[in-house]
Amino acid sequence: MSGAQNAVDIIGLNKWFKAFHVLKDINLSVARGERLVICGPSGSGKSTLIRCINGLEPHQEGKIVVEGAALTEEVGQVEAVRANVGMVFQQFNLFPHLTALENCTLAPMWVKKMPKAAAEKLAMQYLDRVHIPDQANKYPGQLSGGQQQRVAIARALTMEPRIMLFDEPTSALDPEMIKEVLETMVELAETGMTMLCVTHEMGFARTVANRVVFMDHGEIVEIAPPQEFFSNPKSERTKEFLSQIIR
Amino acid sequence: MATPSRKPPHVVLPGPVQWLHENLFSSWGNGALTILAALVIWWTVVPLFQWAIVDAAWTGTDREACLPHEHGACWPFITERFGQILYGFYDMAERWRVDIAFVMLAAGLVWLTVPGLPAKRPVGALMLLAYPVVAFVLLVGGFGLEPVPTERWGGLLMTLVVAIAGIVASLPLGIVLALGRRSELPVVKTLSVVFIEFWRGVPLITVLFMAANMLPLFLPDGLSVNKLLSALIAVALFSSAYMAEVVRGGLQAIPKGQYEAAQAMGLGYWQAMAFVILPQALRLSLPNIVGNFIGLLKDTSLVSIIGFFDLLGIVQSGTANADWSTPNTAYTGYAFAGALFWVMCFGMSRYAKHLEGVLKAGERR
Repeated sequence: MSGAQNAVDIIGLNKWFKAFHVLKDINLSVARGERLVICGPSGSGKSTLIRCINGLEPHQEGKIVVEGAALTEEVGQVEAVRANVGMVFQQFNLFPHLTALENCTLAPMWVKKMPKAAAEKLAMQYLDRVHIPDQANKYPGQLSGGQQQRVAIARALTMEPRIMLFDEPTSALDPEMIKEVLETMVELAETGMTMLCVTHEMGFARTVANRVVFMDHGEIVEIAPPQEFFSNPKSERTKEFLSQIIR
Repeated sequence: MATPSRKPPHVVLPGPVQWLHENLFSSWGNGALTILAALVIWWTVVPLFQWAIVDAAWTGTDREACLPHEHGACWPFITERFGQILYGFYDMAERWRVDIAFVMLAAGLVWLTVPGLPAKRPVGALMLLAYPVVAFVLLVGGFGLEPVPTERWGGLLMTLVVAIAGIVASLPLGIVLALGRRSELPVVKTLSVVFIEFWRGVPLITVLFMAANMLPLFLPDGLSVNKLLSALIAVALFSSAYMAEVVRGGLQAIPKGQYEAAQAMGLGYWQAMAFVILPQALRLSLPNIVGNFIGLLKDTSLVSIIGFFDLLGIVQSGTANADWSTPNTAYTGYAFAGALFWVMCFGMSRYAKHLEGVLKAGERR
């Protein structure tokens, strides 16, 4: 089975919110180490798609296989998938009652049952990787938006996932902080991490992505390498979208 | 070139006249309110002081001491019956056991509430797990101690037993019910809703009355439940329903993203609740939780309708005693009971305020 080679395989995925058909027959495979940027107008289903990959959203039809583990109703399957997948959210979703360090040690200590000292050492290593080891003992409320998002990235990395999902990681940031978060993501890409990023940062897509996925109305309209995607889009909808976001 | 920083302008403190003008008489309306407030204070506080302190009888052993003080409090009524007010009709020779339980409780609470004292966690665990057992044995008897039937308990002892049992049981029960009400499992959700709405819909007096008088009718012959125990269970279930709604309010205020982030990291439901959701939700609900505790403490006086003499009940029964029949006995009794309740409730309220400050320190979105 070819799925064993891929990080993510999505076959015939359909999802509804009540009667609303949000994802229509999605088929997508992501190779290990591949960096995918997913873009599209708001309401196109791109966030919903990546939230399906770690089971934050249930799906009604189709198959999702992540690092060989299928997302099914069976006990333990969701947990098995989540063990391999880290996620970064638009609103950071740091835990405001815990320090940056405690945010990072929580899951290693309670999910992986790591001793506190080892978890702290690991967390410091990742806070160092995102260049904010000196903010470790601050609470999220004392950090800037960019710093918070970098803590959120470090927090996801402490679980040592094989795949990272980014759900519009820079959309809630002030313009001057977008760069520091994107730089962190570029550094992460250089380590060979499999990444799926929903983002409107076309510069990031151009330089980092292996392929760009364009979605509209719950469908994948076009998948292409960035060079081709930006210079020679095939579909009318893609052209229209690109003409609106690139001035 | 950057503008150089400078110090804030010097603030001139206002003189007393200016202070009065700014704070009390800044306009005609405010001036009138200031005078009205001053008059209300004069009309209430001064006569109260006269009655409670200046014109009061302070020593004596019966009504004869108080009768000459027509317009003053009859404090001997309180001092002479102080034992009853504390212990009810608890056997004289055994009251030292209640004293030990009181002192242990006070020491534990002081240790836990005074900031800076070490080992809060072990002391808290001791108070929550070991103290109830020790207090139970001390108060009820057994292990070589003379048994004292609960019918003889009363006064402050009864008030504290009912209130503390209610408080300690209602918070965890309320949390479980609140989580149950928000559960996605239909059976759990329905059961929680039915439980909460049932208890919230019934007056506490009815609950107590049924627990004390009707429950025995349903039990098989020969099986009897201690009346105090059934009242304690009734109070705990009743207040847990209210607590559940307070906690639910806090849970609703936590953004969905918090739970999603916990899920995405692989935390299970109970782990996410224990480490991420509840610490935030409980802090948000703290003022209302303490509000419930205060309400519960005051509601304990309702146990007098099922024949228990709590703090208020024992004072009230004393006022009917012919030996103490004076015009001021009842007033004195109620004033004293009221003051004691006020001290306990105000203490809780202040501590909650302090705790809010501690929990807020550092963080905040």
